Amino acid sequence: MPPLELPIVEWSQMAPELILIVGALALLMAGTFRRERSMVTGACIFTIATAVAALVASAGLWHDVAGRRGGARLAVADALVIDGFGIFFTVVICCAVILGALLAHGYLRQERLEAPTFFVLVLLSASGGVLMAKANDLIVVFLGLEILSIALYVLAGYHQRREQSREAAIKYFVLGSFSSAFFLYGVALTYGATGSTNLGAISEFLRSQTVTQGVLLGGFGMLLVGLGFKVAAVPFHMWTPDVYQGSPTPVTGFMAAAAKAAGFAALLRIFFSAFGNQRLDWQPIVWALAVLSLLVGSVLAVVQTDVKRMLAYSSISHAGYVLIGLQAASTRGIAGSLFYLLAYTFLILGSFGIVGLVARKGDNLTGLDAYRGLARSRPGLAFAFTVFLLAQAGVPFTSGFLAKFYVISAAVESHSYAIAVIAMLAAVVAAFFYLRLIVVMYMADDQEMVGIGPTVGGPIPTSATAAVDRGGVGTAVAAAVATKVEIPFAAGLAIGLCAVFTVVAGLFPQPFLDFARHAAVLLL
Amino acid sequence: MSETLPILTLLVVLPAVGAAVVACMPRDNERLIRIVGMSFAVIVALLSIVMLADFKAGQGDFQFLSGHVWVRDFGISWKLGVDGISLFLVVLSGILFPIAIVGPKVHHDIKGYVAWMLLLEAGCIGVFLSLDLFLFFLFWELVLVPMYFLIGGWGYDRRIYATLKFFLYTMVGSALMLVGILAVVFLHRQATGTLTFDVVILAKEQSLASSTARWLFMAFAASFAIKVPIFPVHTWLPDAHTEAPTGGSVILAGIMLKLGTYGFLRFGLYLFPQAAVDLAPVFLTLGTIGIIYGAVVATMQKDLKRLVAYSSVAHLGFIVLGVFGLSQQGMEGGVLQMVNHGISTGALFLLVGMIYERRHTRQIAELGGIQRVAPVFAGVFMLVMLSSIGLPGLNGFVGEFLVLIGTFVTHRWWAVAATTGVILAALYLLWAYQRVFHGRAEGANATFPEMTMRERAIMAPLVVLIVFLGVYPRPVLDRIAPAVHDLVSHVEEHSDYRQPAVAVGEPR
Repeated sequence: MPPLELPIVEWSQMAPELILIVGALALLMAGTFRRERSMVTGACIFTIATAVAALVASAGLWHDVAGRRGGARLAVADALVIDGFGIFFTVVICCAVILGALLAHGYLRQERLEAPTFFVLVLLSASGGVLMAKANDLIVVFLGLEILSIALYVLAGYHQRREQSREAAIKYFVLGSFSSAFFLYGVALTYGATGSTNLGAISEFLRSQTVTQGVLLGGFGMLLVGLGFKVAAVPFHMWTPDVYQGSPTPVTGFMAAAAKAAGFAALLRIFFSAFGNQRLDWQPIVWALAVLSLLVGSVLAVVQTDVKRMLAYSSISHAGYVLIGLQAASTRGIAGSLFYLLAYTFLILGSFGIVGLVARKGDNLTGLDAYRGLARSRPGLAFAFTVFLLAQAGVPFTSGFLAKFYVISAAVESHSYAIAVIAMLAAVVAAFFYLRLIVVMYMADDQEMVGIGPTVGGPIPTSATAAVDRGGVGTAVAAAVATKVEIPFAAGLAIGLCAVFTVVAGLFPQPFLDFARHAAVLLL
Repeated sequence: MSETLPILTLLVVLPAVGAAVVACMPRDNERLIRIVGMSFAVIVALLSIVMLADFKAGQGDFQFLSGHVWVRDFGISWKLGVDGISLFLVVLSGILFPIAIVGPKVHHDIKGYVAWMLLLEAGCIGVFLSLDLFLFFLFWELVLVPMYFLIGGWGYDRRIYATLKFFLYTMVGSALMLVGILAVVFLHRQATGTLTFDVVILAKEQSLASSTARWLFMAFAASFAIKVPIFPVHTWLPDAHTEAPTGGSVILAGIMLKLGTYGFLRFGLYLFPQAAVDLAPVFLTLGTIGIIYGAVVATMQKDLKRLVAYSSVAHLGFIVLGVFGLSQQGMEGGVLQMVNHGISTGALFLLVGMIYERRHTRQIAELGGIQRVAPVFAGVFMLVMLSSIGLPGLNGFVGEFLVLIGTFVTHRWWAVAATTGVILAALYLLWAYQRVFHGRAEGANATFPEMTMRERAIMAPLVVLIVFLGVYPRPVLDRIAPAVHDLVSHVEEHSDYRQPAVAVGEPR
C-alpha cells in the first residue's frame, strides 16, 4: 500500500473559511471559560468582527481573481476552486451572518438564552456554506453541506423551552438527513458514471461523451433532490413552513438566507458548470421544479394567516425565481440568480427581523392580527416592512424588482416565454398576500378585513399541548398585542441596513449588477 | 433651454423629492405639510407650463430630449422626451395634481395623502415622458403603489376590496407586458446585435417578424386595455372610482386612465404598426361596445359617483375609437379627448365630492332641488356636465367630433354605432342632473350650502379650460397634429395600411 500523499494546502486561498472556523472555535473556548450574562454583547460583536474579517479576506481574493485575466484557480489538490462565483457567495453568507447576529442579539437577551453557543453555531454553519460555494469536488460539497446543516439543526432547536422550536429541529433533522442521503447516493451514481467526484474531471469526461447514461441521469436526479431540499424547491419543500415557523425567528431569517444561498451555490456550480454539457437532460427537470415552486409557493402563501408561515411559502416561490436563472443556463441567467440571491438575503433577513420584533417576548405573536395598526404605533417599523414586502412583490425602484427583472430577462433571452409568463403571474398572486399584510398594518380598522381569520400566532398544528392551550392564549395575545413593540438597537440597525440596501440597490444597481455579472463570468 | 435646464427630468424628479420631503416632516403640523406639498405641485405645474411655452409647434419629433445611461448591462437609459401626443397630458397632470391635493377635504393623515399624491404625480409624468421601455415599465408599475394606498387609506366603505382589485387587475396586465418588453428587446438584439430599450430605435428598426410582432402587441395591449379600461376588462374601474377619495378619483379618471390610451399610441402603434393595423377592428369593436355599454349601465346607476365612473368607460371608448381609427383627424381627436376627459371628468368627480361633503350621500334618490338653494353650484355642475356630454362650444365636442369624423372615413360602421353613444350620454347625464338639481328641495337638501370661495377657486381653472378648449382648440391641435401625422405615416410606412385621402384633412 503506497503511503498516503498529503495535498499541498494553500492556506491563504482558504482565508475566509478559516477565519470563520477559527472565530467559531475561539468563541467556543471563550464560552467555556466565562459564563457571565454579559457575554452576549461581546459574542455578538466578536461574530460580526469575524464575518467582517472574512469579508476583507474575500475582497483580497476577489482582487486576485478579478485582477488578472481568467484568474480563477484551484487549490488543495483541486478540491477547492477560488473564483468570483465562490467569493460572491462568501460575501452573501457573511452578510447573512452579520445581519443574523445583529437580529439575534436582542432576541437572545429577551428570551434569556445568553450563552455564546448561538454565535458559534452561526459561524460554523456559515463556514460550511462557504465551503459548499467553493467546493470543486462533490465530496467537499457534501462536507460543506453537513457542516452547514448540522449547525442549523441545532440552531432550529435552540430555544429549548419552546416546544415548537424542538419540534422544528427534529423535523428539520430527520428530513435533512434523509436528503443528505439522497445527495450522497447521487454522488455515488455520478462517480459510477463518470469515474470521478471532481467537478472539473466530471465536466471533462462529459464533454467527450455524446450519449447520456442512465446511471448519470440517476445521479442528476439524486443530486437535485438533495440540493432541492436545501433550497426548499417544490416538491422538496414540505419541511419549510413548519421549520421556519417553529425555529427562533432570527434563526429562521439566517437559515432562509444562508442555507438557501449555499444550496444554490452548489446547485448552480454543479449543474451549470460541471453538467453544463448535459443541459438538455436537466433543463426540463429544473423547469418543472421552478414552475412548481413559483406556483405552489405563491398560491399556498395566500391562505396562510401566520406571517412566518406566509414568508416561508414566499421563500419557496423565491427559490422558483432563482431556479429560472439556472433553467436559462446562460451567463445572464446565472448572473440573474446571483443578483436575486443577494437581494433576497437582505429582504428575507429584514422581513424576519421585523417578524421577530413584532412576535415580542415569547416569540409567539406571528399571526396577522399582531400587525394590526403597526403603522400607528411603530411607523418606522411598518415602513421598513412595507419596503421589504413591496420589494418582494417586485415593485420598481427596489432591489426585488431588478432581481425578478434580471432572471425573467434571462428566461426570455433563452426563449422560455412560458416560464417568464408563469413567473410574472405568480408574482401577481404573491402581490396579493404582501399587500394584505400592508393593508393590515396601514388600513385595517376593526370594520373591514379581507380574508383574515381571527387566528393568532398559530402554533404548529401537530403540537397537542399548544392546541389545548389555545383558548387561554387568545386573551393573553390580545393583551400582548396592545403592548408596544420594542426595538433593540442592534435589531433596528440590521433592519435599517436591509431597508437601505433594498432601496439603494433598486435605484443605483450598477455596482451590484457588475458584481453579480463578474461573479457569473468568473465561474470556472 | 433644454441644454441648460433638464426640464423633463425636473418634472419627474421634483414631485418625488416633494414626496420624500413631506414624508420626513412632522405629522402634526398639517398646515405646513399642505403648504410644502402644494408648493412642490405648483412648481411642477409652472414647469410644465414653461415646457408648453418652449415647445416648438409644428414639429412632430421628440423635444427636450435628455438621456443618460443607467444600467449598462441591459442597455437601459434614463431617456425622456416629449412630443405633441404627450405634451398636453403632462400639462394636464401638472394642473390636475395641485387641484387634487388641496381641492378635496382630507379628514385624516394629511401627510400621507400629500406624500402619496406627489409620488403618484412623479409616476404619471414619468410614464408620459419615458422613451425607454424599461423606464416606462418602472413608472407604469410605480403608479400602482401610491394609488393603492390612496384608495385603501382614504377611500370609502368598500375601499380595501376596491384597492386590491385595482392593484391585481393592473398587475396581471403588467406581468404580460414585462415579458413582452423583454421579448421585443432580446429579439431585436438577435436581429441587429444591439441590446437597447430605446423606444425610438426599436420602432425605427422594426426588426420583428410579423407573426411575433402580433403576439407581442397583444402582450402590450393586454396591459393597456386593462388600464384604459376597454370593455371586458373594465370591472375594476367602477369599484376603484367609487371607493377612491375624491382626489384619488380625480387623478384616476383624469390622468391614470390616459396611461392606457397613451400606451396604445406611444408603444402599441409605434412599435407594432402592422399588428395594430391587423387588430384594429377588434379594438374598434370593443371600443364601440364600451361606448354603448358604459352609457347604458351609467343610465341605470343609483349612485352619482358610480354614474360618473361608468360615463368614463363610455368616454374612453371614444378615445380608443380615435386611436384605432388610424386617421389623422380621428387620432388628433383622440389625443385631444384624453385631455378633455381629464378636465371634465376630473371636475365632475370634484363636484360629486363636494355634494358628498355636504350631504354625506351620493344616492341620486336622496338628492333633489339643489338648483334652487345653490344656483352657482348647479350652474358649474351644468357646464361641466354639458362639456362631458359634448355640447358644441365646450371642449368635449371638439374631441368627439374629430374622433367621429376620422373614424367615419376609415371605419364607417363603427363610427355610426358609436354616434349613438353621444345621444345616450345626453340621456344619462341630463336625467341625473334633472333628478339631483331640479324639483323641490326637501329635508336636508333645503339647506344645501352654496359653493364656497375656496371651491370656486378650485373649479375656476377647470371651467376656464372647458370653455377655452371648446371655443378655440386651434393652438392645442396645432401642437398635437404634427406628432399624430408622424405616427400615422410611421404606421403607413411599416404596414399595408393606407389612409384614405379624405382623412388627412387640410394641411396644417
